[in-house]
Amino acid sequence: MAEPLPVLEMTGIVKEFPGVRALSGVDFRLFPGEIHALLGENGAGKSTLIKVLTGVYSLDGGTVTLNGTSVRFHSPSQAQQAGISTVYQEVNLCPNLSVAENIFIGREPTRFGRIQWKRLRREAAELVDRLGLDIDVEAPLSSYPLAVQQLVAIVRSVGTGDADGQGAGTKVLILDEPTSSLDRDEVLELFALMRRLKGEGVAILFVSHFLDQIYEVCDRMTVLRNGTLVGEHMVRDLDQVGLVQLMIGKALDQLEELHDHQLHADVGESLLKADGVGRTGGIAPFDLEIKKGEVIGLAGLLGSGRTELARLLFGADQPDTGKVTIGGKQVSMSAPNDAIAAGVAFCSENRKTEGLVPDLTVRENIILALQATRGWTRPIPVAQRDELVAKYIKALDIRPANPEARVGQLSGGNQQKVLLARWLITRPKLLILDEPTRGIDIGAKAEIQKLVVSLSEEGMAVLYIAAELEEVLRLSHTIGVLRDRKLVAQLANGPEITPTRILETIASGEHQ
Amino acid sequence: MTTTTQQPKAPSNGTPSRAARVLADRRLPVLVTAGLFLVMYAIGLSRYQNYGFAETQVFLNLFIDNSYLLVAAVGATFVILSGGIDLSVGSVIGFTTMLTAWLVEKQGLPLVIVIPIALGVGAFGGYLMGYVIQNFEIQPFIVTLAGLFLFRGLCLVISKESISITDSSVSSMAQAQVSVGGGFLSIGAIVSLVVLAAAFYVLHYTRFGRRVYAIGGNEQSALLMGLPQGGTKIAVYTMSGFCSALAGLLFTLYIQSGDPLHATGLELDAIAAVVIGGTLLTGGSGYVVGTLFGVLVLGLIKSLIQFEGTLSSWWTKIATGVLLCAFILIQRTMTARRKT
Repeated sequence: MAEPLPVLEMTGIVKEFPGVRALSGVDFRLFPGEIHALLGENGAGKSTLIKVLTGVYSLDGGTVTLNGTSVRFHSPSQAQQAGISTVYQEVNLCPNLSVAENIFIGREPTRFGRIQWKRLRREAAELVDRLGLDIDVEAPLSSYPLAVQQLVAIVRSVGTGDADGQGAGTKVLILDEPTSSLDRDEVLELFALMRRLKGEGVAILFVSHFLDQIYEVCDRMTVLRNGTLVGEHMVRDLDQVGLVQLMIGKALDQLEELHDHQLHADVGESLLKADGVGRTGGIAPFDLEIKKGEVIGLAGLLGSGRTELARLLFGADQPDTGKVTIGGKQVSMSAPNDAIAAGVAFCSENRKTEGLVPDLTVRENIILALQATRGWTRPIPVAQRDELVAKYIKALDIRPANPEARVGQLSGGNQQKVLLARWLITRPKLLILDEPTRGIDIGAKAEIQKLVVSLSEEGMAVLYIAAELEEVLRLSHTIGVLRDRKLVAQLANGPEITPTRILETIASGEHQ
Repeated sequence: MTTTTQQPKAPSNGTPSRAARVLADRRLPVLVTAGLFLVMYAIGLSRYQNYGFAETQVFLNLFIDNSYLLVAAVGATFVILSGGIDLSVGSVIGFTTMLTAWLVEKQGLPLVIVIPIALGVGAFGGYLMGYVIQNFEIQPFIVTLAGLFLFRGLCLVISKESISITDSSVSSMAQAQVSVGGGFLSIGAIVSLVVLAAAFYVLHYTRFGRRVYAIGGNEQSALLMGLPQGGTKIAVYTMSGFCSALAGLLFTLYIQSGDPLHATGLELDAIAAVVIGGTLLTGGSGYVVGTLFGVLVLGLIKSLIQFEGTLSSWWTKIATGVLLCAFILIQRTMTARRKT
């Protein structure tokens, strides 16, 4: 197959941060009219490569060629003017403005300084129409769900330079984790848009943690590991198993072993009992028993009450009915402190807003909960503290293994590990994990799942919440199924329990 | 494949339902305020019709007596739309009255020179505050609070006593009347309406105006969309300083004196007018026309209390407080609905 010239070529890219070589000699090329996946574990250098490309970071070595000419960007707006647009995971638009305005703001068509609203709306409608979307451009952006807002962000980046005929429009479109908060239908719509743009000759760089999506929509992929290039492959030439091996450098049969192991593991005596615990507007009253060393997985759709159930057991919300007994003693659950004192730990799903303090160091974040149980008048001795922190950094393989690093600078998977370390250090009896693997890469996911298994072996009870049913099935001894804010079934895990079976239970909403 | 979140949902991408659109319509708060004004005016008509409330001039006086407040509130609207706040408004007005009175009376300068100087000083003060807010990333609340003290203090540097203006050009300008359908407006009122119209044009028909809304909607996004967010912010405070100085000039015309204590706390009236006019304190949503109604409602409260005759003028404050509370609650419920 005769290949056209690449629209973008990066050769020998080097980027160094103090003490770390984030990228060492990475080559990357992008052809017009292709969808190219950039793959790698967290910390492999994907974001760094994108930031170098878009001018957020400056280069320490190597060259970037765009359309045959050497370029060097010093700011994102320079890259944008050259035709490289980026759409991030979070929607960076203004919800208070109309869709049309969000598409055109900053380059509105004007005549003598006066914005030509009619022309702006018409051009926005044409653009949206051309890309096959059905969006009312005059409605405020906030009236649309997040998924549509994301599509609008793409329309905006594609439309760059269209309004006044300046610039040649977008040649390279970078989509950084655009699908992480979309449901299946929305993902399909995004893919349709991507294919249409590809048809128009735009080169798309796609980053996603969902390997299935990569196989569905991408033509070619580049795999990074530890800041180096592992390989560039056509998607059709490499299967998923091979890809994962490339990404993490070892086989991934271990996860399968975890499942077998959990099916045959024994659980201990009763640890926590909830009798008719419920909260109006949160979750209907439920009974739940958790035994020592048991992993209970919660399955259910988003908004079915998984998190609400967990929050009640931690006292983050106060139950209006029922009682909770832990280790035979009734616990009032009027505040998280009661639960913490009784040995319950809770890793929130919003690790950024409810869990970690991004400006504190890894050490300070890890030590936070332990210090809280002691009270501020009794600081933990320095030597003991450093030893504990070092132990958990090593045990969880937190990278970089530097207790002084600020947590905000760590990758998502490593942040999750820091949060886990914080609670593990308090030696809880029951660990509640709410979506611990969301937004982190496959290698880190496997590590966290292994950790859950080894904790349960040590006798810790775990309440595990995850959107991916496979994960729940793999780890759990018992599966609680939720639907419409009600715990509808508790199934003992076994070979006959499959994702389909769980889905049927969710759909019918009945005990089976 | 993940087997999650196949939730039943409203037709995706469809136009939002009619009811949702009405509630989410950002013009609704302005209409509520305009409605409130009409209701209050109707109450005034029915209660005081024998005391001359129905006269056109009573209505026009609302514009005359509140011209300086309207100009200051227009400046505050820009700042609040951008997601900021300007507490220095009252002090800049006070300082402008002192500066103008001093330049005219003690230095004998003609108004043609004094007016540009006063406006320039106000705009420059606003620019400095904007510069500090932007480049040192300090909360506007604190920076403009510093401005509040600074300008109030500078009044006393000029003179500790009030300076009354006897200059004939000032008094003739102050007394000039422009007849409007059965009544008259002062020059100050005309200027304030021109400022209002200009602000409306700038906010809705220029890129700068749209950037103000964008920054108020989401500053981080505005930055990532490649908008010159820093310059816009500084310009907004410069504009507020300019409006404050202009309001100060109108205030000088209205009172015909400079006094170190003039317009103390007027920034709070301006903010109240903006909020009652339906602009969200969090920024990004609101209309300058709403601000006009906000000012008119505040002015009408004063008139009604004057017509009542038996009530102390402190009732103005009480009524303003109650209204402000009510409007903030309305805004809160509206934004809460909008999110769901």
